[in-house]
Amino acid sequence: MSKTFTLDGKVIPFEEGETIMEAATAAGVYIPHLCHHPEFKPHGSCKLCTVSIGGRLGAACTNRAEEGMKVESETEALNADRRSLVQMLFVEGNHVCPSCEKSGNCQLQAVGYHLGMLTPHFPHFYPARDVDASHPDMLLERNRCILCELCVRASRDVDGKNVFGIGGRGIRARLIVNAATGRLADTDFSVTDRAAEVCPTGAIIRKRYGFTVPIGKRLYDRHSIAELPPLPAKRGEGRGEG
Amino acid sequence: MIEPVSRVEGHGKVTLLLDADNRVHQVRLHIVEFRGFEKFIQGRPYWEVPVLVQRLCGICPVSHHLAASKALDLIVGAKQLTPTAEKLRRLMHLGQILQSHALHFFHLASPDLLFGFDAEVAQRNVVHVAAVAPEVARKGVLLRKYGQEIIRHTAGKRVHGTGSVPGGVNKNLTRAERVALLGEIDAIVEWSREAVGIVRGLFEKHARLYESFGRFESNRLGLVRADGALDLYHGGLRATDAQGKTLFDHADYQHYYELIHEEVKPWSYMKFPFIVEQGTEAGWYRVGPLARVAQCDFIPTGLAEAERRAFLGFDNGAALSAPLGYHWARMIEMLHAAEGIKELLLDNDLSGGDLIVRGERQLRGVGVIEAPRGTLIHHYRVNEDDQIVSANLIVSTTHNNQAMNTAVREVARQYLDGRTLTEGLLNHIEVAIRAFDPCLSCATHALGKMPLELELVDAGGAVIDRLVRG
Repeated sequence: MSKTFTLDGKVIPFEEGETIMEAATAAGVYIPHLCHHPEFKPHGSCKLCTVSIGGRLGAACTNRAEEGMKVESETEALNADRRSLVQMLFVEGNHVCPSCEKSGNCQLQAVGYHLGMLTPHFPHFYPARDVDASHPDMLLERNRCILCELCVRASRDVDGKNVFGIGGRGIRARLIVNAATGRLADTDFSVTDRAAEVCPTGAIIRKRYGFTVPIGKRLYDRHSIAELPPLPAKRGEGRGEG
Repeated sequence: MIEPVSRVEGHGKVTLLLDADNRVHQVRLHIVEFRGFEKFIQGRPYWEVPVLVQRLCGICPVSHHLAASKALDLIVGAKQLTPTAEKLRRLMHLGQILQSHALHFFHLASPDLLFGFDAEVAQRNVVHVAAVAPEVARKGVLLRKYGQEIIRHTAGKRVHGTGSVPGGVNKNLTRAERVALLGEIDAIVEWSREAVGIVRGLFEKHARLYESFGRFESNRLGLVRADGALDLYHGGLRATDAQGKTLFDHADYQHYYELIHEEVKPWSYMKFPFIVEQGTEAGWYRVGPLARVAQCDFIPTGLAEAERRAFLGFDNGAALSAPLGYHWARMIEMLHAAEGIKELLLDNDLSGGDLIVRGERQLRGVGVIEAPRGTLIHHYRVNEDDQIVSANLIVSTTHNNQAMNTAVREVARQYLDGRTLTEGLLNHIEVAIRAFDPCLSCATHALGKMPLELELVDAGGAVIDRLVRG
């Protein structure tokens, strides 16, 4: 018999060892998140999935479910904190949705809509960040990176390549690539890599493809982020994820 | 001495310079321009540009969207689009022409024309039009709405859509969409025809005023189709002089920079384009509806062509050099757009599935389109990594720079009385500027409240009078 806990009063069954996020997702309940992806080891860095576990705050993606625990997620206070986190992500980078090809397919934008974010609220940092267009098939647009490390995990854990990493600390932390020149073209990154398709924002994009999906047919035109599985269905089955 | 305070967005500033005999000898019209875009798109991936640059404007973004797309077609090696893509873009463009021309005529210009140039400011707005002539206002609103619907169906949104991409378009029109849009088109064509009639009637009624107001002779520039027809989406460049003599014809716009240069003047941030062969003094020209309708050989839709003939024939061509003739020509173009939309909606190619073509990559491309306000040039260079290296944009209002200055100078000469600026003069200058439908007008004329500053400067450079309407 499966064990259960409650999430906002709803009974959620879970298997031993599952996280709150995994059990909630399996039960069809959405907890806002950005750095979490069911295929990869939890990272717990974006803090968007922070829930109240018996009155104590913790990340749903890293805390294991336990029998009888009372978890709250959809509270006004938690969603206000989440909204602030998303606003901070927006102002720390240069996220220009009106001209961004990821608009409509972007998790950062979609979660902003979901949380009712109407303005950036905080002053923009307007950081000076580089665009790396050296790779023939892929573009690295650091202005849009939120340091979720999904590409780092995908390249390391699935592609076995270690193309990406985070360099610098604090506000100077940035996405770097594994080449002496610092150029994406000089790594063994490939358009068929899993890391090429996990970016939740428009930081790692396929070249010459942008805007080919019309408004109305984009992922979040048709469904809110809360109605969808965490990421679009994965391509390239049989590439030995694990 | 002119301070660059006119860069305050949404404000117009006009300086009238007097000579020693207190005659207006020069006019300087200052308008906010958009050149910042040329700098900040450097380094951006090229496929982003059609969506990015349309943010230049909220009134005719489709023009920038399409001019950029046409330039980038060449960069992705798409020398010939599929019939579906080309026709969808043409439809989007005609939707843009319809909504922009309707907006300008009904919302912005009609209060001047219907109530008189001297009418109370409080009356010269579309709200008052709605009160006095509700049917005219209603049709104006619905014409604009229909144009925006065409844009929404082709671009995905009424304003700032994404429909056009390098090498083609990202969506077609379903049969159901076409049927729905066709349901209203006959009324749209009829109302457009009525709008032409309104301006024609004004010219007939006030011939002397309408023909002489701010009148000046100039060269003209615009695209024409290979057979000389009016074509707002594509063609070769034609320039004619005031007498209609051809200066160049069917010129390939890929080399526009051999035909047109831009002069910089120390007192303005807006450049002054001129036809190279004619030089800076004589080479300036006008663009937009008046130039296009005047110098095309014919309009390829029946009703608009009949109106063009009436326009050309009016008082032996007297409307052709009259700034207020812009309104007439603009409504003829709106009628053409309505007819063109109907033709296209009946074409099954609009529902085709072949949307994008690609070919051999190129490093540069020029796209030119006839935007509602005139010839619009986008020129890009791209590096091997797909990033924009440089951009040159010459927008319609810039082409009309000298023409607008000249029109205002003529109006000032006609209406300036002595050394004092009057509300009446300000009104008349406003009417002259508005005839050209400059971007300034779109951005700030809503409800007739264009903030305008007028300065009178004597031969010694001293400001002797100043008038501001906020």
